[in-house]
Amino acid sequence: MALLQRTIAVPLRQREGLRHLGEAARGAGLWALVAALFVWSAVAETQLFVVGVIVGSVLALGAVGLTLVYGILRFGNFAHGDLMMLGAYVAFFALTGRLVGSRADVTLPEAIASLPGATVRLGDLTFGYGLLLAMAVAAVALALLCILLDRLLYRPLRERRAHVVVFSIVSLGVAIAVRNVMLLLWGPNPRQYVTGIFEARQYWFDIRLKTDQVFIFAVAVALAVLVYLLLYRTRLGKAMRAMSDNVDLARISGIDTERVVAWTWLLGGSLLAVAGVLLAVQAQLDPRLGFALLLPLFAAAILGGIGNPLGALLGALVVGVAQETSVAYFDPTYKPGVAFVILVLILLLRPRGLLGAKV
Amino acid sequence: MRSGRLVTLLAFLLVTAALVIMPAERSGWDAAGVISFLTTFATTVAIYGLFVLGLNVQWGYAGVFNFGVAAFFLVGAYTAAIFTKGPAESEFVRYVGGFGERLDLLPFLSSGEWLPFLVGALAAALMCGVLAFLMSIPTLRLREDYLAIATIGIAELMRNVVIAEEGLVNSQRGLTGIPRPFGSFFDPGDYKFVYFGIAVVLLALVFYAVEKSIRSPWGRVLRALREDETVTAASGKNVFAFKTQGFVFGAVVMGVGGAVYAYEQGGLSPDTFSHFSGTFIFWVMLVLGGSGNNRGALLGAYVVWGLWIVSLQLLSYPMPEVLSVRIFYLRDLLLGLLLIAVLLLRPQGLLPEERRVSIWVERLIRRHPLPRREEAPAASRGE
Amino acid sequence: MAASTSNGNVLEVADLVAGYGEVEILHGVSLRLGQGEVVTVIGPNGAGKSTLIKAIVGLVRPRAGRVRFLGEDVTGLAPERLVARGIAYVPQADNVFPSLTVQENLEMGAYLLKGRLRERLERAYQLFPDLAARPHERAGRLSGGQRQMLALARALMVDPVVLLLDEPSAGLSPKMVELVFAKVREINAGGTSILMVEQNAKEALKLSHRGYVLSMGYNRLEGRATELLDSEEVARVYLGD
Repeated sequence: MALLQRTIAVPLRQREGLRHLGEAARGAGLWALVAALFVWSAVAETQLFVVGVIVGSVLALGAVGLTLVYGILRFGNFAHGDLMMLGAYVAFFALTGRLVGSRADVTLPEAIASLPGATVRLGDLTFGYGLLLAMAVAAVALALLCILLDRLLYRPLRERRAHVVVFSIVSLGVAIAVRNVMLLLWGPNPRQYVTGIFEARQYWFDIRLKTDQVFIFAVAVALAVLVYLLLYRTRLGKAMRAMSDNVDLARISGIDTERVVAWTWLLGGSLLAVAGVLLAVQAQLDPRLGFALLLPLFAAAILGGIGNPLGALLGALVVGVAQETSVAYFDPTYKPGVAFVILVLILLLRPRGLLGAKV
Repeated sequence: MRSGRLVTLLAFLLVTAALVIMPAERSGWDAAGVISFLTTFATTVAIYGLFVLGLNVQWGYAGVFNFGVAAFFLVGAYTAAIFTKGPAESEFVRYVGGFGERLDLLPFLSSGEWLPFLVGALAAALMCGVLAFLMSIPTLRLREDYLAIATIGIAELMRNVVIAEEGLVNSQRGLTGIPRPFGSFFDPGDYKFVYFGIAVVLLALVFYAVEKSIRSPWGRVLRALREDETVTAASGKNVFAFKTQGFVFGAVVMGVGGAVYAYEQGGLSPDTFSHFSGTFIFWVMLVLGGSGNNRGALLGAYVVWGLWIVSLQLLSYPMPEVLSVRIFYLRDLLLGLLLIAVLLLRPQGLLPEERRVSIWVERLIRRHPLPRREEAPAASRGE
Repeated sequence: MAASTSNGNVLEVADLVAGYGEVEILHGVSLRLGQGEVVTVIGPNGAGKSTLIKAIVGLVRPRAGRVRFLGEDVTGLAPERLVARGIAYVPQADNVFPSLTVQENLEMGAYLLKGRLRERLERAYQLFPDLAARPHERAGRLSGGQRQMLALARALMVDPVVLLLDEPSAGLSPKMVELVFAKVREINAGGTSILMVEQNAKEALKLSHRGYVLSMGYNRLEGRATELLDSEEVARVYLGD
């Protein structure tokens, strides 16, 4: 009997060992691939690489928020892209006071733009402090909206212990609703915060960048780091991670989980607004843009490891660079396809992503 | 439960009433016009019903969270089109295939009138089946929310391929001039009734096939699988094989739907296959009608499309311009809200799943942890 | 250190009825826990032992009956509130936060308390030297026995008046079981009253003052632990070999 047990146990341990080895190999391979992509792209297609980093920073802003909510509340919010865009529009409204009208826009008499010096450009940036103020307004609005949505929709589902699938379907309904609200209030034509053509500046290696883009990159990195510090160095962050591990256990440890959920949406909502505004600065305000970003955002968050904001930043940069570099070889229409391929490959080979915890 | 039946009946009656009264009133109570209108409406409902039935097989029965229905819609419709159209003739219209004229293989039975369409439909079904099978290999083992994102991605990818590849199906410009089965036998005015007949017959056949299969031994395994994957797997059934079969079956049905859609419309463009009009609307129909219930699927198609048409009808009534420009956004908004409302307030839909078949969907959506043995219920065992 | 009601009971459960969904598991169970006591609830599978603990702590809503803690009615209160009052609970499974480190798990235990965290951590490490050896290791990587210790330590961070344990010996090797029960004894010696639900009836009763036998959701027997251990009936049916 003992002999039999031993003969069966050994191959099992070997199998376990092989599995760990296989996992480690895949992890190393993935990192190598990422490094290769960056190096090669930077050298061979430098301008595309730069564009990729820019696109990646914009994606990163959204992906950090997405990974926070996905990691803590354990559901993939399919309304994320559209909510980002809503944040951009709320800021637009706060800044300019405009809504779409029948023939021309309806404009409020006063808005942030009417404050003295609000539209004066800050240095080389295309916008003035007015936009930053409007961004703050949008952050508050989106945070409150997210908490409201949670109370109305997601909390009842949590209480019913509904399957994760139901959350996703509901969030898809939210996405559709939000998109049409934006269409109703601001119309289908794309808009800008500031009109006009702005010069890019020349940097080393012939890289051309607008100061806006440098700003966005800096903000993306800063946010990723801040959210990381929140999750791993603060009491609230640890409570969030605890709750994501096991809600019941968190409750019996004394954590008021509903409060923690509210805080998560508060932060997530604010991040949505910031991401949306900067997205609109880089691209434009367009009600249909939000949903188009959904795939790249999820690819970035999953590639980086759900729940890890630094991973989301890295994942977003990879997706951005991969997408933009692909233009040199494929039709630009296929750019979202690149994100999709990355997504499927990660899910198949290493679902926990680059920096995710071992499942 | 009784109030539930009332809601269902009310929904059905209200929609039907609006559908009859509004066009009647608008056209000055012209019976022929109303009947013509209703026939077109019913044909579309039948066609969409095919999609919802297919989705029900995939989701309601096999438990596959397919959020890329648009991919099958697209593939089915375009395949049928290139099989029935004549070859590409001008330099502004480029597409592959165009076998329509070459399929007139049985001239004595005027096969040109029906054979290409049959072949087209079969080809559409086959292509969708193959696509589903290929998709299932990497994606079916994924967790549900990952599967959803993957299917959304595939649908988008399909659309991108259509738009990017100029010579495939004429890209953004779309295809026009798709012929109709038995088209030359009838006047254009009468044709819609003929096509209505075709669509309804097809729907009935598919409905019968799905119902039969779900009550077969295969269907029973599928149902048992949804109840408890681990138990079913332990009894030796290959979980993924069954899920794949269900997924492919549903896809085949959707392929047929795509073909029927293409013949009826006569023209296709990539915009039809966006996420909203190619996937989301079918989910609303299924969830509203009742997941896991074939009759519910059809009822859902009827009610949702009815609301859609009613909203279009509303346009012809005098209303402030601020509303009339935006009516489509309002309609889409309401559709999104409808889905949310149903899932929160009445997740089982209008026609709840027949308990005899299973209570899986109800448990999924409103999970009361039912203990299997007396003490430790599934939820507390850290499922 | 701990208060108690006038009759010396820190915890009283009267005619508790509870269940899940449409199924009722407990049909009216009563017990009491005296100050400083260790009380064990035993019984066959399906008796409702886990449900009883969960109903006391608020994870399952009682449908009827009362739970009194230090004389105050706490029936059906949410778990977070009970922790604030001094009831700590260690579940049977999934009783640590796997992605948090040992130290972070302990910090979560003390979430409600502001201040003196350092002190409490030191006390925990003193009581559980095995944990002190690896404060920054992720809890998911600990062995079964280490996890059980961590779960206990986490619950103790709030200096609870009452400690509820759901099958603390489940899934552990006999050596670990010995260690765990030794720990329980140590904790009780420090003044904490303990209510335990156990499958390993004999070992549990050996360190208890009193015991209850549950079956099919009803009280069947109660008495001093030594009496239950000696009882032939109990030995035959519930103590096994």
